[in-house]
Amino acid sequence: MADLTELYQQVILDHNRKPRNFRVIEDADRVSFGDNPLCGDKIKVYLKLNANVIEDVSFHGSGCAISQSSASLMTQSVLGKTVEEAIDLFTRFHSMVTTEIGSAIDETGLGKLRAFGGVREFPSRVKCANLSWHTLRSALESGTDSVSTE
Amino acid sequence: MSTIEEVVAVGGERALDAHRVRMDFPILHETVRGKDLVYLDNAATTQKPRQVIDALSRFYTSENSNIHRGVYYLSERATAAYEKARVSVQHFLNAQRSDEIIFVRGATEAINLVASSFGGTAIGAGDEIVVSAMEHHSNIVPWQLVAEQVGASLSVIPMDQSGTLIQAEYEKLLGPKTKLVALVHVSNSLGTVNPVKEMTAMARARGIPVLIDGAQAAAHVNIDVLDIGCDFYAISGHKMFGPTGIGALYGRADLLDSMPPYQGGGEMIRSVTFEGTTFADAPAKFEAGTPHIAGAIGMGAAVAYLEALGWNAIHNHEMELLEYATNRLSEVPGLEIVGRANERAAVISFVLEGVHAHDVGTIVDQDGVAIRTGHHCTQPVMDFFGLPATARASFAFYNTMEEVDLLVAALHRVREVFG
Repeated sequence: MADLTELYQQVILDHNRKPRNFRVIEDADRVSFGDNPLCGDKIKVYLKLNANVIEDVSFHGSGCAISQSSASLMTQSVLGKTVEEAIDLFTRFHSMVTTEIGSAIDETGLGKLRAFGGVREFPSRVKCANLSWHTLRSALESGTDSVSTE
Repeated sequence: MSTIEEVVAVGGERALDAHRVRMDFPILHETVRGKDLVYLDNAATTQKPRQVIDALSRFYTSENSNIHRGVYYLSERATAAYEKARVSVQHFLNAQRSDEIIFVRGATEAINLVASSFGGTAIGAGDEIVVSAMEHHSNIVPWQLVAEQVGASLSVIPMDQSGTLIQAEYEKLLGPKTKLVALVHVSNSLGTVNPVKEMTAMARARGIPVLIDGAQAAAHVNIDVLDIGCDFYAISGHKMFGPTGIGALYGRADLLDSMPPYQGGGEMIRSVTFEGTTFADAPAKFEAGTPHIAGAIGMGAAVAYLEALGWNAIHNHEMELLEYATNRLSEVPGLEIVGRANERAAVISFVLEGVHAHDVGTIVDQDGVAIRTGHHCTQPVMDFFGLPATARASFAFYNTMEEVDLLVAALHRVREVFG
Protein backbone atom coordinates (compact mmCIF):
# COMPACT_ATOMS: atom_id res chain seq x y z
CA MET A 1 0.00 0.00 0.00
CA ALA A 2 1.18 3.50 -0.81
CA ASP A 3 2.46 5.22 2.28
CA LEU A 4 2.86 8.97 2.70
CA THR A 5 6.24 8.65 4.41
CA GLU A 6 7.48 6.73 1.35
CA LEU A 7 6.63 9.74 -0.80
CA TYR A 8 7.47 12.60 1.54
CA GLN A 9 10.79 11.34 2.86
CA GLN A 10 12.79 13.64 5.13
CA VAL A 11 15.37 14.34 2.43
CA ILE A 12 12.57 15.43 0.05
CA LEU A 13 10.96 17.68 2.65
CA ASP A 14 14.36 19.14 3.51
CA HIS A 15 15.20 19.96 -0.13
CA ASN A 16 11.73 21.42 -0.59
CA ARG A 17 12.26 23.73 2.39
CA LYS A 18 15.81 24.65 1.45
CA PRO A 19 16.33 23.99 -2.26
CA ARG A 20 20.03 23.75 -3.20
CA ASN A 21 21.42 25.53 -6.26
CA PHE A 22 18.23 27.59 -6.42
CA ARG A 23 19.60 30.52 -8.37
CA VAL A 24 20.03 31.97 -11.83
CA ILE A 25 23.38 31.48 -13.59
CA GLU A 26 23.73 34.75 -15.47
CA ASP A 27 26.36 33.52 -17.91
CA ALA A 28 24.92 30.04 -18.42
CA ASP A 29 25.88 28.16 -21.57
CA ARG A 30 22.53 26.42 -21.70
CA VAL A 31 19.10 27.36 -20.29
CA SER A 32 16.03 25.22 -20.62
CA PHE A 33 12.42 25.82 -19.51
CA GLY A 34 10.00 23.13 -18.45
CA ASP A 35 6.44 23.20 -17.16
CA ASN A 36 3.50 21.09 -16.11
CA PRO A 37 0.61 23.18 -17.41
CA LEU A 38 -1.91 21.11 -15.46
CA CYS A 39 -0.46 21.82 -12.02
CA GLY A 40 1.31 25.07 -12.86
CA ASP A 41 4.82 23.87 -12.02
CA LYS A 42 7.45 25.91 -13.86
CA ILE A 43 11.20 25.44 -13.85
CA LYS A 44 14.30 26.78 -15.57
CA VAL A 45 17.51 24.77 -15.54
CA TYR A 46 20.82 26.59 -16.06
CA LEU A 47 24.04 24.86 -17.13
CA LYS A 48 27.67 25.87 -17.41
CA LEU A 49 29.74 23.40 -19.37
CA ASN A 50 33.51 23.10 -19.49
CA ALA A 51 34.23 20.99 -22.53
CA ASN A 52 31.96 18.06 -21.79
CA VAL A 53 31.73 18.48 -18.04
CA ILE A 54 28.91 20.13 -16.07
CA GLU A 55 30.86 22.81 -14.25
CA ASP A 56 27.84 24.51 -12.71
CA VAL A 57 24.13 23.75 -12.65
CA SER A 58 21.20 25.51 -11.02
CA PHE A 59 17.45 25.86 -11.24
CA HIS A 60 14.76 28.44 -10.60
CA GLY A 61 10.98 28.26 -10.57
CA SER A 62 8.02 27.15 -8.52
CA GLY A 63 6.12 23.98 -7.92
CA CYS A 64 5.11 21.28 -5.49
CA ALA A 65 7.42 19.64 -2.96
CA ILE A 66 8.16 16.72 -5.26
CA SER A 67 9.15 18.84 -8.26
CA GLN A 68 11.18 21.33 -6.21
CA SER A 69 13.11 18.75 -4.22
CA SER A 70 13.67 16.64 -7.32
CA ALA A 71 15.22 19.64 -9.07
CA SER A 72 17.35 20.43 -6.03
CA LEU A 73 18.69 16.90 -5.67
CA MET A 74 19.19 16.65 -9.42
CA THR A 75 21.51 19.66 -9.49
CA GLN A 76 23.61 18.12 -6.72
CA SER A 77 23.85 14.75 -8.40
CA VAL A 78 24.85 15.92 -11.90
CA LEU A 79 27.36 18.56 -10.85
CA GLY A 80 30.85 17.57 -12.09
CA LYS A 81 29.48 14.82 -14.33
CA THR A 82 29.97 14.61 -18.09
CA VAL A 83 26.99 15.17 -20.37
CA GLU A 84 26.84 11.42 -21.11
CA GLU A 85 26.94 10.53 -17.40
CA ALA A 86 24.15 12.99 -16.67
CA ILE A 87 21.98 11.56 -19.45
CA ASP A 88 22.67 8.08 -18.11
CA LEU A 89 21.51 9.26 -14.68
CA PHE A 90 18.36 10.73 -16.26
CA THR A 91 17.60 7.30 -17.72
CA ARG A 92 18.15 5.58 -14.39
CA PHE A 93 16.01 8.11 -12.51
CA HIS A 94 13.25 7.96 -15.08
CA SER A 95 13.27 4.18 -14.94
CA MET A 96 13.10 4.20 -11.12
CA VAL A 97 9.99 6.41 -10.93
CA THR A 98 8.19 4.60 -13.73
CA THR A 99 9.05 0.97 -12.87
CA GLU A 100 5.89 -1.03 -12.36
CA ILE A 101 4.86 -1.47 -8.74
CA GLY A 102 6.00 -4.88 -7.59
CA SER A 103 9.05 -5.00 -9.91
CA ALA A 104 12.48 -4.49 -8.40
CA ILE A 105 14.13 -1.09 -8.89
CA ASP A 106 17.70 -0.93 -10.15
CA GLU A 107 19.23 1.56 -7.74
CA THR A 108 22.74 1.47 -9.19
CA GLY A 109 24.40 4.86 -9.10
CA LEU A 110 21.31 6.71 -7.88
CA GLY A 111 22.61 7.60 -4.42
CA LYS A 112 20.39 10.15 -2.68
CA LEU A 113 18.00 10.09 -5.64
CA ARG A 114 16.69 6.80 -4.26
CA ALA A 115 14.49 8.98 -2.05
CA PHE A 116 12.15 9.24 -5.06
CA GLY A 117 11.62 5.49 -5.18
CA GLY A 118 8.21 5.94 -3.52
CA VAL A 119 6.90 8.22 -6.26
CA ARG A 120 5.89 5.32 -8.50
CA GLU A 121 3.20 4.47 -5.93
CA PHE A 122 1.58 7.82 -6.78
CA PRO A 123 1.03 7.82 -10.56
CA SER A 124 -0.29 11.37 -10.63
CA ARG A 125 2.98 12.61 -9.10
CA VAL A 126 5.48 10.91 -11.44
CA LYS A 127 5.49 13.89 -13.75
CA CYS A 128 6.35 16.18 -10.82
CA ALA A 129 9.49 14.16 -10.08
CA ASN A 130 10.42 13.99 -13.76
CA LEU A 131 9.93 17.64 -14.68
CA SER A 132 13.41 18.91 -13.78
CA TRP A 133 15.07 15.88 -15.33
CA HIS A 134 13.27 16.33 -18.65
CA THR A 135 14.23 19.99 -18.56
CA LEU A 136 17.87 19.10 -17.85
CA ARG A 137 17.95 16.58 -20.68
CA SER A 138 16.54 19.15 -23.03
CA ALA A 139 19.31 21.56 -22.00
CA LEU A 140 21.97 18.87 -22.38
CA GLU A 141 20.81 17.62 -25.76
CA SER A 142 19.54 20.60 -27.63
CA GLY A 143 20.70 23.68 -25.83
CA THR A 144 18.08 26.31 -25.05
CA ASP A 145 14.61 24.86 -25.39
CA SER A 146 11.43 24.22 -23.51
CA VAL A 147 9.74 20.99 -22.49
CA SER A 148 6.47 19.96 -20.96
CA THR A 149 5.77 16.78 -19.08
CA GLU A 150 2.01 16.86 -19.58
CA MET B 1 -46.77 32.01 17.17
CA SER B 2 -46.10 29.41 14.58
CA THR B 3 -44.39 26.16 15.38
CA ILE B 4 -41.41 24.90 13.44
CA GLU B 5 -43.62 22.34 11.72
CA GLU B 6 -45.94 25.06 10.49
CA VAL B 7 -43.05 27.14 9.15
CA VAL B 8 -41.73 24.11 7.32
CA ALA B 9 -45.18 23.40 5.95
CA VAL B 10 -45.54 26.98 4.72
CA GLY B 11 -42.18 26.67 2.97
CA GLY B 12 -43.57 23.55 1.35
CA GLU B 13 -40.27 21.74 1.74
CA ARG B 14 -38.88 19.31 4.25
CA ALA B 15 -35.31 19.77 5.41
CA LEU B 16 -32.85 17.66 3.47
CA ASP B 17 -31.51 14.61 5.27
CA ALA B 18 -28.10 14.16 3.66
CA HIS B 19 -27.53 10.81 5.34
CA ARG B 20 -30.71 9.45 3.84
CA VAL B 21 -30.07 10.99 0.44
CA ARG B 22 -26.66 9.30 0.36
CA MET B 23 -28.40 5.94 0.24
CA ASP B 24 -29.36 6.78 -3.34
CA PHE B 25 -25.72 7.13 -4.41
CA PRO B 26 -23.95 3.74 -4.57
CA ILE B 27 -20.47 5.23 -5.09
CA LEU B 28 -20.64 7.18 -1.83
CA HIS B 29 -20.40 3.85 -0.02
CA GLU B 30 -17.09 2.95 -1.66
CA THR B 31 -13.93 2.91 0.41
CA VAL B 32 -10.55 4.36 -0.57
CA ARG B 33 -7.53 2.59 0.97
CA GLY B 34 -9.83 1.18 3.62
CA LYS B 35 -11.34 4.57 4.42
CA ASP B 36 -14.75 5.92 3.54
CA LEU B 37 -14.71 7.99 0.39
CA VAL B 38 -15.19 11.70 1.13
CA TYR B 39 -16.08 13.08 -2.26
CA LEU B 40 -15.54 16.84 -2.40
CA ASP B 41 -14.87 17.34 -6.11
CA ASN B 42 -18.44 17.96 -7.18
CA ALA B 43 -17.48 20.99 -9.25
CA ALA B 44 -15.52 18.64 -11.51
CA THR B 45 -18.29 16.08 -11.74
CA THR B 46 -21.14 15.00 -9.50
CA GLN B 47 -21.97 11.44 -8.50
CA LYS B 48 -25.00 9.64 -9.91
CA PRO B 49 -28.02 8.45 -7.97
CA ARG B 50 -29.37 4.94 -8.46
CA GLN B 51 -32.33 6.50 -10.30
CA VAL B 52 -30.02 7.81 -13.05
CA ILE B 53 -27.97 4.61 -13.25
CA ASP B 54 -31.19 2.59 -13.49
CA ALA B 55 -32.55 4.83 -16.24
CA LEU B 56 -29.43 4.18 -18.35
CA SER B 57 -29.55 0.49 -17.62
CA ARG B 58 -33.27 0.30 -18.38
CA PHE B 59 -32.82 2.03 -21.72
CA TYR B 60 -30.06 -0.30 -22.88
CA THR B 61 -31.79 -3.35 -21.44
CA SER B 62 -35.25 -2.87 -22.87
CA GLU B 63 -35.61 0.26 -25.01
CA ASN B 64 -32.47 0.64 -27.09
CA SER B 65 -33.12 1.59 -30.71
CA ASN B 66 -32.50 4.62 -32.88
CA ILE B 67 -34.87 7.54 -32.62
CA HIS B 68 -36.97 9.57 -35.07
CA ARG B 69 -36.70 6.85 -37.72
CA GLY B 70 -38.22 3.50 -37.07
CA VAL B 71 -41.93 2.91 -37.41
CA TYR B 72 -41.62 -0.06 -35.11
CA TYR B 73 -42.61 -0.19 -31.46
CA LEU B 74 -39.13 -0.02 -29.92
CA SER B 75 -38.06 3.02 -31.92
CA GLU B 76 -41.27 4.83 -31.05
CA ARG B 77 -40.67 4.09 -27.41
CA ALA B 78 -37.05 5.34 -27.54
CA THR B 79 -38.14 8.47 -29.42
CA ALA B 80 -40.80 9.17 -26.82
CA ALA B 81 -38.31 8.70 -23.96
CA TYR B 82 -35.77 11.00 -25.63
CA GLU B 83 -38.33 13.71 -26.28
CA LYS B 84 -39.71 13.36 -22.77
CA ALA B 85 -36.20 14.06 -21.49
CA ARG B 86 -36.17 17.23 -23.59
CA VAL B 87 -39.37 18.36 -21.91
CA SER B 88 -37.85 17.58 -18.49
CA VAL B 89 -34.85 19.79 -19.30
CA GLN B 90 -37.21 22.47 -20.64
CA HIS B 91 -39.01 22.56 -17.28
CA PHE B 92 -35.72 22.37 -15.40
CA LEU B 93 -34.57 25.58 -17.10
CA ASN B 94 -38.09 27.02 -17.25
CA ALA B 95 -37.93 27.51 -21.01
CA GLN B 96 -41.19 28.31 -22.79
CA ARG B 97 -40.87 25.66 -25.48
CA SER B 98 -39.23 22.25 -25.69
CA ASP B 99 -37.79 23.03 -29.14
CA GLU B 100 -35.66 25.67 -27.45
CA ILE B 101 -33.69 22.82 -25.85
CA ILE B 102 -30.86 21.29 -27.90
CA PHE B 103 -29.09 18.21 -26.65
CA VAL B 104 -25.31 18.48 -26.92
CA ARG B 105 -22.28 16.72 -25.39
CA GLY B 106 -22.02 19.20 -22.54
CA ALA B 107 -21.76 22.89 -21.72
CA THR B 108 -18.52 23.10 -23.71
CA GLU B 109 -20.24 21.93 -26.86
CA ALA B 110 -23.22 24.18 -26.15
CA ILE B 111 -20.93 27.22 -26.06
CA ASN B 112 -19.03 26.06 -29.13
CA LEU B 113 -22.34 25.64 -30.95
CA VAL B 114 -23.30 29.24 -30.23
CA ALA B 115 -19.79 30.53 -30.99
CA SER B 116 -19.72 28.73 -34.31
CA SER B 117 -23.31 29.14 -35.49
CA PHE B 118 -24.39 32.45 -33.92
CA GLY B 119 -20.90 33.92 -33.58
CA GLY B 120 -19.96 33.05 -37.13
CA THR B 121 -22.82 35.12 -38.56
CA ALA B 122 -23.67 37.77 -35.94
CA ILE B 123 -20.13 38.80 -35.01
CA GLY B 124 -17.91 40.58 -37.51
CA ALA B 125 -14.67 42.49 -37.93
CA GLY B 126 -14.12 45.10 -35.22
CA ASP B 127 -16.90 43.73 -33.00
CA GLU B 128 -16.47 42.95 -29.32
CA ILE B 129 -17.41 39.93 -27.22
CA VAL B 130 -17.63 40.58 -23.49
CA VAL B 131 -16.58 37.81 -21.09
CA SER B 132 -15.75 37.98 -17.38
CA ALA B 133 -12.48 37.57 -15.51
CA MET B 134 -13.74 34.39 -13.85
CA GLU B 135 -14.72 32.38 -16.93
CA HIS B 136 -13.87 28.72 -17.30
CA HIS B 137 -11.61 28.11 -20.28
CA SER B 138 -14.65 26.69 -22.08
CA ASN B 139 -16.25 30.15 -22.09
CA ILE B 140 -13.04 31.88 -23.24
CA VAL B 141 -11.44 29.73 -25.90
CA PRO B 142 -14.50 29.30 -28.20
CA TRP B 143 -14.83 33.10 -28.30
CA GLN B 144 -11.14 33.56 -28.99
CA LEU B 145 -11.47 31.17 -31.90
CA VAL B 146 -14.44 33.00 -33.38
CA ALA B 147 -12.83 36.39 -32.69
CA GLU B 148 -9.72 35.33 -34.56
CA GLN B 149 -11.80 34.03 -37.46
CA VAL B 150 -13.86 37.16 -37.97
CA GLY B 151 -11.46 39.82 -36.66
CA ALA B 152 -13.38 40.60 -33.45
CA SER B 153 -11.90 41.05 -29.98
CA LEU B 154 -12.61 40.01 -26.38
CA SER B 155 -13.28 42.49 -23.55
CA VAL B 156 -13.03 41.25 -19.98
CA ILE B 157 -15.24 42.32 -17.05
CA PRO B 158 -12.79 42.76 -14.16
CA MET B 159 -13.29 41.42 -10.63
CA ASP B 160 -12.14 42.58 -7.23
CA GLN B 161 -10.07 40.70 -4.62
CA SER B 162 -13.17 39.04 -3.18
CA GLY B 163 -13.95 37.46 -6.54
CA THR B 164 -16.89 39.77 -7.30
CA LEU B 165 -17.38 41.22 -10.78
CA ILE B 166 -17.18 45.02 -10.87
CA GLN B 167 -20.56 46.10 -12.25
CA ALA B 168 -19.56 49.70 -13.04
CA GLU B 169 -16.73 48.41 -15.23
CA TYR B 170 -19.08 45.94 -16.90
CA GLU B 171 -21.44 48.71 -17.90
CA LYS B 172 -18.57 50.66 -19.47
CA LEU B 173 -17.70 47.67 -21.66
CA LEU B 174 -21.16 47.53 -23.22
CA GLY B 175 -20.95 49.60 -26.37
CA PRO B 176 -22.22 49.76 -29.95
CA LYS B 177 -19.63 47.19 -31.02
CA THR B 178 -20.56 44.65 -28.36
CA LYS B 179 -22.26 41.74 -30.11
CA LEU B 180 -22.48 39.25 -27.26
CA VAL B 181 -21.98 38.90 -23.51
CA ALA B 182 -20.80 35.44 -22.41
CA LEU B 183 -20.95 35.12 -18.65
CA VAL B 184 -20.59 32.37 -16.07
CA HIS B 185 -23.51 31.95 -13.65
CA VAL B 186 -21.54 30.28 -10.83
CA SER B 187 -17.73 30.32 -10.82
CA ASN B 188 -16.21 26.83 -10.57
CA SER B 189 -13.02 28.06 -8.93
CA LEU B 190 -14.31 30.84 -6.63
CA GLY B 191 -17.91 29.83 -5.99
CA THR B 192 -19.14 33.32 -6.86
CA VAL B 193 -22.80 33.45 -7.92
CA ASN B 194 -23.00 36.27 -10.42
CA PRO B 195 -26.09 38.54 -10.60
CA VAL B 196 -26.92 37.16 -14.04
CA LYS B 197 -30.43 38.60 -14.13
CA GLU B 198 -29.25 42.17 -13.56
CA MET B 199 -26.26 41.75 -15.85
CA THR B 200 -28.41 40.28 -18.59
CA ALA B 201 -30.85 43.17 -18.27
CA MET B 202 -28.02 45.67 -18.71
CA ALA B 203 -26.94 44.02 -21.95
CA ARG B 204 -30.45 43.39 -23.27
CA ALA B 205 -31.38 47.04 -22.68
CA ARG B 206 -28.74 47.80 -25.30
CA GLY B 207 -29.94 45.03 -27.61
CA ILE B 208 -26.94 42.79 -26.85
CA PRO B 209 -27.59 39.04 -26.65
CA VAL B 210 -26.36 37.16 -23.58
CA LEU B 211 -25.08 33.61 -23.14
CA ILE B 212 -24.92 32.21 -19.62
CA ASP B 213 -22.57 29.32 -18.83
CA GLY B 214 -24.56 27.39 -16.25
CA ALA B 215 -22.36 24.28 -16.05
CA GLN B 216 -21.60 24.96 -12.40
CA ALA B 217 -24.95 26.49 -11.50
CA ALA B 218 -27.12 23.52 -12.43
CA ALA B 219 -26.29 21.53 -9.28
CA HIS B 220 -26.77 24.46 -6.91
CA VAL B 221 -29.29 26.97 -8.23
CA ASN B 222 -32.89 26.86 -9.42
CA ILE B 223 -32.34 28.07 -12.98
CA ASP B 224 -35.03 30.13 -14.68
CA VAL B 225 -34.04 31.33 -18.14
CA LEU B 226 -37.21 33.40 -18.48
CA ASP B 227 -36.54 35.22 -15.24
CA ILE B 228 -32.87 35.75 -16.15
CA GLY B 229 -33.93 36.90 -19.61
CA CYS B 230 -30.87 35.44 -21.32
CA ASP B 231 -30.70 34.34 -24.95
CA PHE B 232 -28.62 31.22 -24.42
CA TYR B 233 -27.98 29.02 -21.40
CA ALA B 234 -25.53 26.08 -21.34
CA ILE B 235 -25.52 23.11 -18.96
CA SER B 236 -23.73 19.75 -18.59
CA GLY B 237 -25.54 16.60 -17.47
CA HIS B 238 -22.63 15.19 -15.49
CA LYS B 239 -22.36 18.26 -13.28
CA MET B 240 -25.99 17.86 -12.20
CA PHE B 241 -25.98 14.17 -11.21
CA GLY B 242 -26.62 12.93 -14.76
CA PRO B 243 -24.38 11.02 -17.19
CA THR B 244 -21.22 12.32 -18.88
CA GLY B 245 -21.34 13.11 -22.59
CA ILE B 246 -24.72 14.84 -22.48
CA GLY B 247 -25.72 18.42 -21.90
CA ALA B 248 -28.17 20.97 -23.15
CA LEU B 249 -28.26 24.37 -24.76
CA TYR B 250 -31.25 26.61 -24.26
CA GLY B 251 -31.62 29.08 -27.09
CA ARG B 252 -34.39 31.63 -27.66
CA ALA B 253 -36.57 30.28 -30.47
CA ASP B 254 -36.24 33.29 -32.78
CA LEU B 255 -32.44 33.21 -32.50
CA LEU B 256 -32.28 29.46 -33.11
CA ASP B 257 -34.47 29.93 -36.19
CA SER B 258 -32.09 32.50 -37.65
CA MET B 259 -28.92 30.52 -36.92
CA PRO B 260 -27.27 28.24 -39.49
CA PRO B 261 -26.69 24.56 -38.57
CA TYR B 262 -23.75 23.67 -36.36
CA GLN B 263 -22.83 20.30 -37.86
CA GLY B 264 -24.18 18.57 -40.95
CA GLY B 265 -25.44 15.01 -41.09
CA GLY B 266 -28.44 12.84 -40.50
CA GLU B 267 -31.37 13.98 -38.35
CA MET B 268 -30.81 17.68 -39.10
CA ILE B 269 -32.22 17.80 -42.63
CA ARG B 270 -35.61 18.13 -44.25
CA SER B 271 -34.47 16.94 -47.69
CA VAL B 272 -31.15 16.24 -49.31
CA THR B 273 -30.23 16.18 -53.00
CA PHE B 274 -26.80 16.64 -54.56
CA GLU B 275 -27.93 20.09 -55.63
CA GLY B 276 -28.69 21.23 -52.12
CA THR B 277 -30.16 20.53 -48.72
CA THR B 278 -32.95 22.08 -46.73
CA PHE B 279 -32.58 21.93 -42.99
CA ALA B 280 -34.97 20.82 -40.30
CA ASP B 281 -36.19 23.30 -37.69
CA ALA B 282 -34.62 23.58 -34.25
CA PRO B 283 -33.84 21.53 -32.28
CA ALA B 284 -33.21 18.88 -34.98
CA LYS B 285 -31.26 21.42 -37.04
CA PHE B 286 -28.59 21.40 -34.34
CA GLU B 287 -28.60 17.69 -33.54
CA ALA B 288 -26.82 16.06 -36.47
CA GLY B 289 -26.22 12.35 -36.19
CA THR B 290 -27.55 9.86 -33.67
CA PRO B 291 -27.51 11.68 -30.34
CA HIS B 292 -26.57 10.30 -26.91
CA ILE B 293 -30.08 8.92 -26.44
CA ALA B 294 -29.39 7.08 -23.19
CA GLY B 295 -27.53 10.12 -21.87
CA ALA B 296 -30.49 12.41 -22.53
CA ILE B 297 -32.81 9.96 -20.77
CA GLY B 298 -30.34 9.79 -17.85
CA MET B 299 -30.24 13.59 -17.73
CA GLY B 300 -34.03 13.60 -17.59
CA ALA B 301 -33.84 11.19 -14.65
CA ALA B 302 -31.38 13.53 -12.90
CA VAL B 303 -33.79 16.43 -13.37
CA ALA B 304 -36.61 14.37 -11.86
CA TYR B 305 -34.38 13.47 -8.92
CA LEU B 306 -33.44 17.12 -8.25
CA GLU B 307 -37.05 18.23 -8.49
CA ALA B 308 -38.13 15.59 -6.00
CA LEU B 309 -35.52 16.85 -3.51
CA GLY B 310 -36.60 20.46 -4.00
CA TRP B 311 -34.41 23.51 -4.49
CA ASN B 312 -35.13 25.10 -1.12
CA ALA B 313 -34.00 21.98 0.69
CA ILE B 314 -30.87 21.68 -1.50
CA HIS B 315 -30.04 25.36 -1.10
CA ASN B 316 -30.50 25.39 2.67
CA HIS B 317 -28.36 22.32 3.18
CA GLU B 318 -25.59 23.64 0.93
CA MET B 319 -25.54 27.01 2.67
CA GLU B 320 -25.18 25.23 6.01
CA LEU B 321 -22.30 23.21 4.57
CA LEU B 322 -20.67 26.35 3.17
CA GLU B 323 -20.90 28.22 6.45
CA TYR B 324 -19.68 25.28 8.51
CA ALA B 325 -16.82 24.49 6.10
CA THR B 326 -15.77 28.15 5.93
CA ASN B 327 -15.59 28.32 9.74
CA ARG B 328 -13.85 24.98 10.20
CA LEU B 329 -11.30 25.61 7.43
CA SER B 330 -10.42 28.95 9.00
CA GLU B 331 -9.18 26.99 12.04
CA VAL B 332 -6.41 25.35 9.99
CA PRO B 333 -3.17 27.30 10.56
CA GLY B 334 -1.96 29.12 7.44
CA LEU B 335 -5.08 28.36 5.42
CA GLU B 336 -6.43 31.16 3.27
CA ILE B 337 -9.71 30.99 1.37
CA VAL B 338 -9.58 32.39 -2.17
CA GLY B 339 -12.92 33.90 -3.23
CA ARG B 340 -15.01 35.72 -0.65
CA ALA B 341 -17.90 37.05 -2.68
CA ASN B 342 -21.12 37.71 -0.75
CA GLU B 343 -23.15 35.43 -2.98
CA ARG B 344 -21.41 32.08 -3.16
CA ALA B 345 -22.23 28.48 -3.93
CA ALA B 346 -20.76 25.71 -1.76
CA VAL B 347 -17.37 25.80 -3.46
CA ILE B 348 -14.26 26.74 -1.49
CA SER B 349 -10.85 27.33 -3.04
CA PHE B 350 -7.97 27.65 -0.62
CA VAL B 351 -4.22 27.73 -0.27
CA LEU B 352 -2.13 26.44 2.60
CA GLU B 353 0.90 28.53 3.46
CA GLY B 354 4.16 26.83 2.51
CA VAL B 355 2.48 23.81 0.91
CA HIS B 356 1.75 23.49 -2.79
CA ALA B 357 -1.86 22.56 -3.59
CA HIS B 358 -0.70 19.41 -5.32
CA ASP B 359 0.91 18.13 -2.12
CA VAL B 360 -2.25 19.00 -0.20
CA GLY B 361 -4.30 16.92 -2.64
CA THR B 362 -2.02 13.88 -2.42
CA ILE B 363 -1.91 13.90 1.38
CA VAL B 364 -5.65 14.31 2.00
CA ASP B 365 -6.27 11.57 -0.57
CA GLN B 366 -4.54 9.18 1.82
CA ASP B 367 -7.50 9.76 4.14
CA GLY B 368 -9.98 9.10 1.35
CA VAL B 369 -10.70 12.81 0.82
CA ALA B 370 -11.07 13.68 -2.87
CA ILE B 371 -10.50 17.36 -3.60
CA ARG B 372 -9.33 19.08 -6.75
CA THR B 373 -5.96 20.80 -6.98
CA GLY B 374 -4.66 22.92 -9.81
CA HIS B 375 -5.98 25.84 -11.81
CA HIS B 376 -9.48 24.37 -12.30
CA CYS B 377 -9.47 25.37 -15.98
CA THR B 378 -9.48 29.01 -14.91
CA GLN B 379 -5.86 30.07 -15.46
CA PRO B 380 -6.76 33.78 -15.71
CA VAL B 381 -8.31 33.55 -12.22
CA MET B 382 -5.11 32.01 -10.83
CA ASP B 383 -3.03 34.71 -12.55
CA PHE B 384 -5.28 37.41 -11.05
CA PHE B 385 -4.65 36.12 -7.52
CA GLY B 386 -0.97 35.44 -8.30
CA LEU B 387 -1.33 31.76 -7.48
CA PRO B 388 0.01 28.79 -9.45
CA ALA B 389 -2.80 26.60 -8.12
CA THR B 390 -5.36 26.22 -5.36
CA ALA B 391 -6.96 23.31 -3.57
CA ARG B 392 -10.72 23.24 -3.94
CA ALA B 393 -13.43 21.54 -1.92
CA SER B 394 -16.73 21.62 -3.78
CA PHE B 395 -19.86 20.30 -2.12
CA ALA B 396 -23.14 18.77 -3.20
CA PHE B 397 -26.37 18.19 -1.29
CA TYR B 398 -25.20 14.70 -0.29
CA ASN B 399 -22.17 15.97 1.60
CA THR B 400 -22.33 16.07 5.39
CA MET B 401 -20.86 18.10 8.24
CA GLU B 402 -18.91 14.97 9.24
CA GLU B 403 -17.21 15.04 5.85
CA VAL B 404 -16.18 18.65 6.45
CA ASP B 405 -14.63 17.45 9.73
CA LEU B 406 -12.73 14.69 7.88
CA LEU B 407 -11.39 17.23 5.39
CA VAL B 408 -10.22 19.48 8.22
CA ALA B 409 -8.58 16.54 10.03
CA ALA B 410 -6.80 15.56 6.80
CA LEU B 411 -5.57 19.14 6.38
CA HIS B 412 -4.10 19.05 9.87
CA ARG B 413 -2.21 15.96 8.71
CA VAL B 414 -0.78 17.99 5.82
CA ARG B 415 0.56 20.43 8.42
CA GLU B 416 2.10 17.51 10.33
CA VAL B 417 3.89 16.17 7.24
CA PHE B 418 5.19 19.58 6.20
CA GLY B 419 5.91 20.83 9.72
